[in-house]
Amino acid sequence: MSPAPLPVFVAVPLVAAFLLPIFGSFGKKGKAVATVLANVATASLLVLAFASIGRSEVYEIGKWSIPLGINLVLDGLSCLLLLVISVVSAAAMLFSARYMEQYTAKPKFLSLFLLMVAGMNGVVLSGDIFNLFVFLEIASIASYALVGFGCEHEELEASFKYMVLGSIGSLFILFAVAVVYGNTGTLNMAYISKAVASSGLNTGLTFALALFITGFGLKAALVPFHAWLPDAHPSAPAPISAMLSGVLIKALGVYALARVLFNVFGVSVQIGWLLIALGLISMIAGAFLAIGQWDFKRLLAYSSISQVGYVVLGIGLGATLIATESNPAWASLAILGGLFHLVNHAVYKSLLFLTSGSVEMATGTRQLKQMGGLAEKMPVTRACCTVASASIVGIPPFSGFFSKLILVVAAIQAHFYWLAAVIIFVSLCTLIMYLKVQRYVFLGELPENLQQIRENKGSMLIAMMTLACLCVLMGLLVIVPSLKVAILDPAVKVLTDGLEYSTRIIGG
Amino acid sequence: MLFALCFLLFMIGLYCTVAKKNMVKIVIGIMIMEYAVNLFLIMLGFRSGGTAPIIDRSYLEPGSVQITSGFLNSCVDPLPQALVLTAIVISLGSLALMISICIRTYEKYGTFDITSIRRLKG
Repeated sequence: MSPAPLPVFVAVPLVAAFLLPIFGSFGKKGKAVATVLANVATASLLVLAFASIGRSEVYEIGKWSIPLGINLVLDGLSCLLLLVISVVSAAAMLFSARYMEQYTAKPKFLSLFLLMVAGMNGVVLSGDIFNLFVFLEIASIASYALVGFGCEHEELEASFKYMVLGSIGSLFILFAVAVVYGNTGTLNMAYISKAVASSGLNTGLTFALALFITGFGLKAALVPFHAWLPDAHPSAPAPISAMLSGVLIKALGVYALARVLFNVFGVSVQIGWLLIALGLISMIAGAFLAIGQWDFKRLLAYSSISQVGYVVLGIGLGATLIATESNPAWASLAILGGLFHLVNHAVYKSLLFLTSGSVEMATGTRQLKQMGGLAEKMPVTRACCTVASASIVGIPPFSGFFSKLILVVAAIQAHFYWLAAVIIFVSLCTLIMYLKVQRYVFLGELPENLQQIRENKGSMLIAMMTLACLCVLMGLLVIVPSLKVAILDPAVKVLTDGLEYSTRIIGG
Repeated sequence: MLFALCFLLFMIGLYCTVAKKNMVKIVIGIMIMEYAVNLFLIMLGFRSGGTAPIIDRSYLEPGSVQITSGFLNSCVDPLPQALVLTAIVISLGSLALMISICIRTYEKYGTFDITSIRRLKG
């Protein structure tokens, strides 16, 4: 069997997304069929993503050769992101099969969900910068609608805030694309990179670079641009919070930023330091703000800001090391730490949001002070939440430990001792916030009004347990050499190769 | 000069989005930014006295399928126009969503003033 062509990754969810609302008009049976179809779509994407490990190819849409046509590029980094997106979306879709019963218009929800997946897959695969913008907008608009899906006071307010800031981010990116086109005369990322390499960064391109960093920074919710995230992520239904925190901010923000900085414009020392600074502020501010929260999902959302900081810090450290031409192995290690943390965070943060959804569905509240003693009533949710918390804090057998360890080792190796100290300090803050979650949600006295609650059943538990198993097993990605060579190393190599991206695609 | 004016329009839109208190005015501000970027894209391909980039028979070299250099030197760049069309369609989608969220919010809160729509904080 020949491997599937690349547009399938976008086409499958897109076609399914437009088919599903039709089933909504067939009553209860139509709803069930729509749910099954949506799950089949995400599951098939999961299979396709696993089948594409180790592939590396360029697909020209409509057989128009570049730079005339649009191309899709699958390389190590895209493949890693595709895997993450498909794993998290399959789990979230399974979870929502039961969770979304409490909302009306479920087929519309599933349709928007798949549109968002299609957009993210497109962003990850696109080799054309305007096409990247188009897919980014597909994913963003679907996510604006999903954040406001509940149509209550808070949801609408959060959705509007998210939409305004998200639109500003998108417009900055569009403006940057226009400036790049004006300066280089092409929209293909490989050709832009070639043009930048031959002419150097002139004023116009530097301006475009600044616009790109602001735009993608807004999408990734790095700290000066983070205001929308703590409102938007908790307001969405739990599976969507899992998708938004787990993959959307990474595919649209961190991935796109890394791709543009490393492969198109090339890294410099200033850019590296800027990324390190953004990462550090996000880590520290996110962690401090999270500790003070009393809303379960809001705490998780602030913790997402802090964790994305780790990813950007790792990538920024790598960029600095590449630009100063120090030992290339150090740069690879730093980027490996960042990317591995990205994968880990996608899994455990989506798991945490799913458990928060499970708790919210059972108790009807998100306020930590109104809960307590759920450990006996909801043993599976509790176990999954504990695994995910242990992972995010970085307790040894779990996945989070390995990525943080790699980051610390990379920082020490490159003689940035204070960075290593900050990473460990923020880990301690993370420990405090997740001890708070455990203490107030699962331990302590069970309030009177929650005596009757029961554990959720069916697909919700399966989705949570799958992700919990992944949390335990993901450490193998760096421990087992063959897995590391197959999945993580190609992704790191794409970033460390930098501007060689263009020669790989154009050839010669 | 024209580019600077275009950037000024972008900044006016950004100011309107950031400073105004009315939800509808914020949406208008975002649309002004959108149009500024679209205008910028169109101006990138503009050439004064240029022709439409449609290849007529008179633009072909006699006896061959080669395009004359006269055409290449006189036509405007068609690519930004295609980009603007795409961008307009996208902005239409997000505008429709934004306005409908505004209407739903007005139904819930009875006001468009964002200073009194403040249930989320922390």
